[in-house]
Amino acid sequence: MDPRLNIVEERLKEIKRLIAISGGKGGVGKSSVASTLALTLSKLGYKVGLLDLDFWGPSAHIILGIEGVFPKEEKGIIPPEIYGIKFISIIYYAGDEPSPLRGVDISNAIIELLTITRWGQLDFLIVDMPPGIGDATLDVIRLMKKVEFLIVTTQSKVTLETVKKVLGMLKELKLPILGIIENMKITNSSFVKDQLKIFDVPFLGEIDFDKNLEDSTGDMDKLLKTNFAQALKKIILKIPEFNLDLTI
Amino acid sequence: MHEWALAQAVIYTAIEHQKKEKFKGITELKIKMGELQQIDREIFKFALKEIAQFKKMMRMKIKIETEKALLQCRVCGHRWGFSDFTEKLDKDKAEFIHFIPDVAHIYLRCPECGSPDFEIVKGRGVWINSIEGVK
Repeated sequence: MDPRLNIVEERLKEIKRLIAISGGKGGVGKSSVASTLALTLSKLGYKVGLLDLDFWGPSAHIILGIEGVFPKEEKGIIPPEIYGIKFISIIYYAGDEPSPLRGVDISNAIIELLTITRWGQLDFLIVDMPPGIGDATLDVIRLMKKVEFLIVTTQSKVTLETVKKVLGMLKELKLPILGIIENMKITNSSFVKDQLKIFDVPFLGEIDFDKNLEDSTGDMDKLLKTNFAQALKKIILKIPEFNLDLTI
Repeated sequence: MHEWALAQAVIYTAIEHQKKEKFKGITELKIKMGELQQIDREIFKFALKEIAQFKKMMRMKIKIETEKALLQCRVCGHRWGFSDFTEKLDKDKAEFIHFIPDVAHIYLRCPECGSPDFEIVKGRGVWINSIEGVK
């Protein structure tokens, strides 16, 4: 029997909330939302971890400019802390090399990371998910019992159809969905909001396309000043589902 | 010393099994250690004993066997062993595979056709072969 499956819950037990940033398609801004959410929560005074589970295209470290750090080995691995964020990604072990991993290997690598990572006490662990409903999503559902999903979509009809599939599966499994964020909005259309009403999931807000976001890549201070980060902060502060205690 | 984290996983699994099987105590634990993960046997054994003692499982015998890693190319079908490559693999890459064995796909290639698309047939990591106890 696989001994790793019995320890994951123990490793996550001191984490108050686990939020997986998910969505059907690549390129909708999941990693930007996950990274900026982690950064914003950290700036608000919360203890935050960020776990990048996109093994084929890890990018949270690029967005946040994280380099030159490595987990400390101490009865497992201790995530390095950057800007108050405890950060774990496959990049520590894969570097800049491509990761030609099949599903079973992705699943094994995720379980291994969850087995050996000692997060300690956290208010939030933000999980940057890969696109789709593949191995990473199924493993997060299987192993992270407290997980809540935050869904990112764009106005694109192609994206929306995939998001519907993700929402459909999460609803069928009766998993908690924090809500939906419509990212990179370029028109005032309420199409996305209207289309997703049938799922009875909170529509958290809209973030306009920010043409300056790209210039902030790799610079956390610049990122926090972007319209994108400001809009995301407004959403998380006003939305009751985040249930933030701003007195800490 | 991330062997400790894996040893903890083994002991937690034994405790869960004890509860499930309603054992009064566990008498023997047989563990398989995959060659690919390059676990330090002595550190692992030490960690297992320390954690077992802490959990009051002093009577439990621990048997550890090492399983040679076998890799098989999905493209050409060639089979080879990890030990055929260890000398060529630099220290950092070997260390990365030690932490996450599946990154072997990043650093190893089929010696016949050069493909990274291979299966780890056996000898990946830590596995529990059997847990024996008394009722």
